[in-house]
Amino acid sequence: MRKRVLGWLADAALVLYFVFALFPIAWMVILSLKPADQLFSTYFSFSPTLDGYRTVLGDSEGIPFVRFFVNSLVVSVGAVVLSLVVGLPAAYASARWRFKGSENLMFTLLSFRFAPELTVIIPLFVLYQKLGLFDTYVGMVWVLQLVTLPLIVWIMRSYFADLTPELEQAALLDGYTRKQAFFKVALPLVKPGIAAVSLLAFIFAWNNFVFPLILTSNEAQTVTVGALSFLGGDRPKYNLTAAAALVSVVPPLLLALTIQRYLVRGLSFGAVKS
Amino acid sequence: MGWRLTLRPYVLIVPALLLTCGILYPFGLGLYYTLFDFSASKPQPDMVRFENYTTVFTQEAFWNSAWVTVLYAVGAALVETVLGVAVALLLHRSTLVGRVLEKILILPLMIAPVIAAIIWKLMLQPSVGVVNHLLRPFGLGGVQWTDTPTGALLSSIAVDVWVYTPFVAILALAGLRSLPTSPFEAAAVDGAGWWYTFRRLTLPMLWPYVLVAVIFRFMDSLKVFDIIYALTEGGPGDSTVVLQIRAYLEAIRFQRYSFGISYTIVLWAVVYLAAMVLVKHLGKIQRRAAEVTT
Repeated sequence: MRKRVLGWLADAALVLYFVFALFPIAWMVILSLKPADQLFSTYFSFSPTLDGYRTVLGDSEGIPFVRFFVNSLVVSVGAVVLSLVVGLPAAYASARWRFKGSENLMFTLLSFRFAPELTVIIPLFVLYQKLGLFDTYVGMVWVLQLVTLPLIVWIMRSYFADLTPELEQAALLDGYTRKQAFFKVALPLVKPGIAAVSLLAFIFAWNNFVFPLILTSNEAQTVTVGALSFLGGDRPKYNLTAAAALVSVVPPLLLALTIQRYLVRGLSFGAVKS
Repeated sequence: MGWRLTLRPYVLIVPALLLTCGILYPFGLGLYYTLFDFSASKPQPDMVRFENYTTVFTQEAFWNSAWVTVLYAVGAALVETVLGVAVALLLHRSTLVGRVLEKILILPLMIAPVIAAIIWKLMLQPSVGVVNHLLRPFGLGGVQWTDTPTGALLSSIAVDVWVYTPFVAILALAGLRSLPTSPFEAAAVDGAGWWYTFRRLTLPMLWPYVLVAVIFRFMDSLKVFDIIYALTEGGPGDSTVVLQIRAYLEAIRFQRYSFGISYTIVLWAVVYLAAMVLVKHLGKIQRRAAEVTT
């Protein structure tokens, strides 16, 4: 009997935490569906409307939100692709060979993960103005490497290290070249890892705020900065802010639910494996 | 053949190396700028050597920011660790409720911190926010969440906790699921109570996992920016001006580039010292955990 009550209490505690975790998201849904005239008159009773979404996606507040959304997509995908092209060979090399300088490069990359972003952004802010990279896709993709490259290299390195080298050696004995062994044997085996780490890197790039805040102004601005603009003015439009916030979290949330199994390794940079 | 074998890893790693240099260059440039008095109003700066740093360290504002940053980081990391481990232990019991809830555990973690701050800002608004509305029946309807110094700091920590507790919980849960079963069976045979088992077995073996999470969280919250920027912009007064916000205000708002970068270099040094201490500690903890299992 005592055990059952304790178990019931434990479940109740868990539900309590999840109310705290999920209520804000639910409340955003409610706010975003409220008509403007019922924003502050009631809390939980209202006649739902999609007007908030229409306004946000119709760019009618002078905030081109759809373009920001596309910008977020472009720079996040760009950053992930560049990191993969550059990072996969490096991850493979550092997992397969012990050679001078590889550890140093790895730890330099890891240090990017923990460096205060502004140390790099403020000089870039000055530099980008001179080079014409301010407020451009190229400038954003470049700086997002700070986020995506360390993640992709470190996690892919741990996946490659988990592969037994025997498979590749057998392929070499069969007359494959090293290059073929990499592309036809090693790479297909870590495909799930590549997919997961790419999505995770995409999520982190998408969620980034400080880079577009300082290094873009309009042309290449992203949703995270755009969503904040709805809070401006003396009477912030709560329904629009909520709608913008929700629209901007849809891609990361959908992707996150597809890569649950790989998250532990991804979030801990390969330090913890599930 | 032989020389090609030794050259190959270098060939593979060169692109990443180049890209790394491309990121290190602005960092080096920033370091160089801190030796000058470079600002928008002074595009032809003079060499001032370490004057920027001496100015930083003698400023009241710096020490205030450092204090706020440490309070934030310690508070956030502490609450997230306790809450995250608790949630992990509850989920580990694997009841029906737990299995259902576990699937949605990561949702807040995947929301951009700046969006999380926007969401909470709407909820914490004193007169029309939903939080005070829900507290009104309990006579707490007038809390000025982000308008008092203490309230603003606690509110921003709360947003951090909301976003990042799942991070600790996920790592702790992975740890719990990878613990060996034999010590627990032995303890059960000896009739050890729940508390004894938890203190003597679960916690020491779980520590390495939890510590990885703590290191990530503590170092990340030392450089917090998004949450504070959206929720309080450092206010009221300068009660939530953490170091990165201070650097932003100096460099971007007041356009004193050199001075702003000096702030971030000092922060960078602090983060590195913290990392070195924590990682050393992690090694010790891992060895101790290994002793428990054997």
